[in-house]
Amino acid sequence: MHRIIVVGASAGGLSVAEALRRAGHEGTITLVGDEPRMPYDRPPLSKQLLSGKWTPSRLALRSEADIRALGLELRLAVPASALDLARQVVTLADDTRVPYDALVIATGVRARRLPGTDGVTGVHTLRSLPDALALRDRLRPGRHLVIVGAGFVGAEVAATACGLGVRVTLLESGPMPLALAVGEEAGRFLTSLHQQHGVDIHTDAAVTEIVHAGGTVAGVRLADGTLVPADDVLVAIGSTPNTEWLAGSGLADRDGVGCDEYCAAADGVYGVGDVARWYNPLFGTAMRVEHRTNAAEQGLAVARNLLTPGARRPFAPVPYFWSEQYDTRFQAYGCLRDHDEALVLDAASADRRLLVAYRKDDRLVGVLAAGKTPKTLRPWRARIAARAPWTAALSHPTAA
Amino acid sequence: MKVTVATDKCVAAGQCVLLTPQVFDQREEDGVVVLLDETPGPELHDAVRESAMVCPAAAIHLAE
Repeated sequence: MHRIIVVGASAGGLSVAEALRRAGHEGTITLVGDEPRMPYDRPPLSKQLLSGKWTPSRLALRSEADIRALGLELRLAVPASALDLARQVVTLADDTRVPYDALVIATGVRARRLPGTDGVTGVHTLRSLPDALALRDRLRPGRHLVIVGAGFVGAEVAATACGLGVRVTLLESGPMPLALAVGEEAGRFLTSLHQQHGVDIHTDAAVTEIVHAGGTVAGVRLADGTLVPADDVLVAIGSTPNTEWLAGSGLADRDGVGCDEYCAAADGVYGVGDVARWYNPLFGTAMRVEHRTNAAEQGLAVARNLLTPGARRPFAPVPYFWSEQYDTRFQAYGCLRDHDEALVLDAASADRRLLVAYRKDDRLVGVLAAGKTPKTLRPWRARIAARAPWTAALSHPTAA
Repeated sequence: MKVTVATDKCVAAGQCVLLTPQVFDQREEDGVVVLLDETPGPELHDAVRESAMVCPAAAIHLAE
């Protein structure tokens, strides 16, 4: 196991590389990234970076000295273009061929776009630092930002833009923002939070067209014919795993790289982060988790499994995510999507408090809170990790 | 080992507390990290390193 190639130089890829060195791997580690910059953090893009509170240099995940100390073969600004699984060679876009003994796939996801909007001034997505800087330059008091998609990215940008004095309209194609992911009551809470700050929310708003004139965006056309005028449009309709370079390898489909409970996709090939759909034995299901914390934890787990093939351990985390909007912090543990029931234990939209527990079959699988002290959630996390039965989890004295 | 934390970067995820409660805690009101031990003993070094690596805000810095 001398030569390890890690494809993807964001939080997940860096975590693997760092953990490999910490665990004593002395062989070559090639870290390949498509962006021309050192690994940086993405969650602040929609918040501190967009608001202007932070400069780009604060996003660095490690200092240049720390990265240098890892002794990596850094190949930045050059995406991987092909994988030859049988010969164990990754080809990069500049035609370099990198032979390997072990491969880690950490290529992440990209923002989905709307067709016909490439190159139109004022149409944005938000995934990378250049995306965020381009949007930041356009957000000025009094301008009108229309956000297509009221998921967490759309909602965070709405909050940040409001804080900058921008007029914000949030378009949600379903009847309630986030209802599929976190349930109706949480969707209602989010709606109310944004309305209290002056955001105009349209639900059941199916977008049929981004209207532009002379290469500059003019507005968004809805299915009922309405034209919502806009100075800028952010398209925040989810993401697509970056797996095109794996074509023909049989490792990936449209929902990412398929991995087992050890995060292995094939012999000596592992998946990490947003791109990896792995079997999480704690929940008994395959999942692909686009959370910042998962990328780092999975990176550690993969480094361990890669270096100790005889003592591999299943990766069975309780997923965690947070979101900050205005002064409200959302935190969630577990697997909220595909729940059978979302039980509201506390909801006070006036003082911006929320606690929801999620049931799948007869088991507690997740919890979402807003406006709660983070310590409130710790016993809930422990119950999810212990696979607590639903009724027992709720009858606990500190349940609410 | 000398541990420092950037409280202005901390996002209150609490991952460090789960891994190394002997060294990290969270403020009651907002969950921001509290450093309990700036120079933890060698028996805690692996766990502290892991805490620094999984911190989703890269807010824990170690000088070794």
